[in-house]
Amino acid sequence: MADTGSTFDEMLARSDQPRPPYESYFQWFANEDLKDLRRKSREAEAFFRRIGITFNVYGQDEADERLIPFDIVPRIISAREWATLERGIEQRVRAINAFLHDIYHRQEILRAGRIPKEIISKNTAFLPEMIGVNPPGGVYTHIVGTDLVRTGENEFFVLEDNARTPSGVSYMLENRETMLQMFPELFSQLKVRPVSAYPQLLRRSLADCAPEGLTDRPTVAVLTPGIHNSAYFEHAFLADQMGAELVESHDLVVENGRVAMRTTQGYHPIDVLYRRVDDDYLDPLTFNPDSLLGVPGIMDVYRAGNITIANAPGTGIADDKALYSYMPDIVEFYTGERAILQNVPTWRCSEADSLAYVLDHLSDLVVKEVHGSGGYGMLVGPAASKKEIAAFEKKLRARPSNYIAQPTLALSTVPILSKAGLAPRHVDLRPFVLVSPNKVEITPGGLTRVALKKGSLVVNSSQGGGTKDTWVLGD
Amino acid sequence: MSSPIRLAITHVTTYSYDQPVHYALQQLRLVPRSGHGQTVLDWSSTITGGTKQASFSDQFVNHTELVKVDAGATRIEIRSEGTVEVEDNHGIIGTHKGFAPLWLFENPTPTTSPGPAIRALARQLRAEQDGADTLAQLHALSAMILSQVSYETGRTNSDTTAESALTAGHGVCQDHAHIMIAAARLLGHPARYVSGYLMMNDRVDQDASHAWCEVWTEALGWVGFDVSNGISPDARYVRVATGRDYRDAAPIMGIRQGPGDEHLQVSLQVQQ
Amino acid sequence: MMLGKTAGGLFWMFRYIERAENTARLLEAGWRIALTRSDGESNEWQSVVNTAGIDAAYSAKFDSFDSGSVINFLLRDRDNPSSVLSSIEAARSNARMVRTALSSEVWEAVNECWMEVKSALARPVSERTLHELLAAIRYRTSVVRGALHGTMLRNDIFAFSRLGTFLERADNTARILDVKYYVLLPSAAFVGSRIDNVQWEVILRSVSAERSYRWLNGGETTPMGIAEFLILDKRMPRSLAFCYSKIGENLNWLANDYGTRHESHTLADRICGQLNGTTVNTIFEEGLHEFLTASINDTSTLASLIQTDFRFYQ
Repeated sequence: MADTGSTFDEMLARSDQPRPPYESYFQWFANEDLKDLRRKSREAEAFFRRIGITFNVYGQDEADERLIPFDIVPRIISAREWATLERGIEQRVRAINAFLHDIYHRQEILRAGRIPKEIISKNTAFLPEMIGVNPPGGVYTHIVGTDLVRTGENEFFVLEDNARTPSGVSYMLENRETMLQMFPELFSQLKVRPVSAYPQLLRRSLADCAPEGLTDRPTVAVLTPGIHNSAYFEHAFLADQMGAELVESHDLVVENGRVAMRTTQGYHPIDVLYRRVDDDYLDPLTFNPDSLLGVPGIMDVYRAGNITIANAPGTGIADDKALYSYMPDIVEFYTGERAILQNVPTWRCSEADSLAYVLDHLSDLVVKEVHGSGGYGMLVGPAASKKEIAAFEKKLRARPSNYIAQPTLALSTVPILSKAGLAPRHVDLRPFVLVSPNKVEITPGGLTRVALKKGSLVVNSSQGGGTKDTWVLGD
Repeated sequence: MSSPIRLAITHVTTYSYDQPVHYALQQLRLVPRSGHGQTVLDWSSTITGGTKQASFSDQFVNHTELVKVDAGATRIEIRSEGTVEVEDNHGIIGTHKGFAPLWLFENPTPTTSPGPAIRALARQLRAEQDGADTLAQLHALSAMILSQVSYETGRTNSDTTAESALTAGHGVCQDHAHIMIAAARLLGHPARYVSGYLMMNDRVDQDASHAWCEVWTEALGWVGFDVSNGISPDARYVRVATGRDYRDAAPIMGIRQGPGDEHLQVSLQVQQ
Repeated sequence: MMLGKTAGGLFWMFRYIERAENTARLLEAGWRIALTRSDGESNEWQSVVNTAGIDAAYSAKFDSFDSGSVINFLLRDRDNPSSVLSSIEAARSNARMVRTALSSEVWEAVNECWMEVKSALARPVSERTLHELLAAIRYRTSVVRGALHGTMLRNDIFAFSRLGTFLERADNTARILDVKYYVLLPSAAFVGSRIDNVQWEVILRSVSAERSYRWLNGGETTPMGIAEFLILDKRMPRSLAFCYSKIGENLNWLANDYGTRHESHTLADRICGQLNGTTVNTIFEEGLHEFLTASINDTSTLASLIQTDFRFYQ
């Protein structure tokens, strides 16, 4: 499990021998001119900038919009590999939904002693206001972006479940669009499964979760914090692609018992709100009273059953990294099956033995904040200096329960186009999952994030990561 | 056991605004439920100057309503009235019900999180009541709080924390309840806030709605303590809403957009 | 169905595009006149600042009206909310907000306009590169307009975009005339001095009308002729009459589509009626300055009525 020094190269079995899913691509690549490819790569960047696929970096000038670097070498997954991932993800997502329903109702899993009470009771992501609430259609996590990493031929691990607000789906779609424009010939040679239906599926999936009995044609809207939010591009993109209105808090009011948006001709009720605003900011009447991003009263309308909020408030508890370590138990408790996808072994620093081990092995481990995300506030032991480790140790000793630790996984690599040609870089994978009352749909593909720096294991866009198009091959 | 008594309650809350309201919402927890020794015989609520938008049962099974103040209104009147029959159960509410887990009432909230004063109070209680049974300890705690925090109106507000009220040494029923809740939790007992009505024997017109607290004990389940009056609730108490603290159980919680000031007026009659 | 915010965003996006373009035209006029004059230039640049209506902001920062200060203040100063850079940034910011209402061509045109203008204005601008730069700004803004015409549905999105364009333009034309109205008065014509001819030229050039005016009038430049051309001539796309006929058209389109008439419709009808029913002689008799002041006020009232009637903000 721990880094044995041997990294799984997804493209090459040996230096001249591609693995089966990459065979056609490898041949094609061998006949391409490097200069040509590099020109295409620059064109792709200009294209992204022109259409405005940028993200704002927090703490910097608001006008500073950055591009997430895009690499033109695709990451290819075989039909067989995908089928396993699909089953594993579906199982996990169903378990998470069942868990969320339970945790906001009878808490059978706590009564059964399968997870410790403190994981829930001391967790700020647990929203008491959701206790007893039945979300329309019984769905809590309408959209999930499961983060996977690979360490070998058949070794896939779930790194994070991202049940709260997974982002990045716009990159999956735009990356594919760009690849289609640049390399049409590849798509006619290889049977790459399309991802373009995602926005329509998202819209339908959300509409299927609308409260019952209000209308035959549900109105779906996307709630964004506004144009200065780092993911604004994605919010606008999704609204546009779905044909849904993109609203901000000041477009919304409570009217006739519904949440309604202000149009040029009066107020129009919303049935399903895909919100990209965090729980705490969602409703100043119920949560943070200082929030300017939220809609006062929306939680009341929600609890009266007259709007669907996607994802449901309070789903963030499933993203807690301490809870993560119990995911295999959770899957088993609610599905009665063993988890198909593996969990990364996790030391809970709240436990004295684990803490002692972690403190002894800081330079080998990855230590993460339980509530953290985006790669912030974490220590990557093998990449950290002595000084960084010492500073982190202090934080860890001060609040052990705030941290978990994991072994440094030997993340698989996929080549990127570097100056010298193909060069292996570590990657992860985030497929996107849609949940509606009747089904779980996983778009074949996802967002492959790649650490562009040689040897780096950090794939976050905020810290030097880039993206790749992800190809799932048909049978 | 004495026979139940019937209480007739009329609770009228009026907000007057010095400028026409652009947009304002009020969240109401004003409807008592039957159970735990009280039976609601009839109840009605009437809103003038506003419109009901939603009603639901919240996480503590409080009947909650959302009301929007009519655009352009300068006044909203919320009238809540009815008759409730109450038995004297000596404050014993009994088993814990509902989805909200007991442990939720063990956690401090921003208003009830203990500081040095609350900790000292808990230490003092432990020292003085070592060996006494839980109920006796809790009654002693209630008496201790009343002796340290005199009942005085107008000097604390709905945002005052338990710690600062105890430090200041004065407060109202809400502060007494918060201090008792904070201390009881520190002593390891789940505790909750109750807002409701009390028929004071000497008068019909009450200044404001009342608040007290309930502490969960192994032996009896939930038991009520009215610190301000130094007793456990009897047949003169009507429970309306419960929660971890005032914010969960507040009779009215509002939000308003736009300029101007508002003026609150409450009229409350409780009589047999 | 359209969000009120979206209507407001479209309206302002196109107001700002128009504003950037107008500022560029005005600078072009100032630059040409400064070039053709041998004596002290500062008066002309001062009059450019007057015409742009930013005297207060300018004097807060500078003591004199040298070409470098004026050019850079109008082009790229963020303290000047009407500078080309501020306007283009505001236009793009609004475009980002209403992106779901724009065709990808329009969005990309605005985004590219912003990228180019931002990079061109990253450093101080010298007189040497000014002409080329102004041409590029006019070109980029016209690409936005072209994309709007070529790719957008003729629906309420289009109507609000056009309303923004023409309200800004009407306001701009009226302000340019009003700042210089005294050189158009009959008494000034007697003077017949070179300065006045220059002033007339500034007026015509700042609305890019010097050639069309001469072409229509056979080279005969009279104050009344200029006023008539810029106020009442419906062939002239920057005249008040033309702008208002477009404003009326778009408001009527909305009235038909939505099935409701608002106060803004009543006011627009009144303004159109006045422009159709008057002559340049009447305007001069009743006072050019008074006419222009009323027109500026009407335009501003109409803009705020539109904002309320179509719920831009609440």
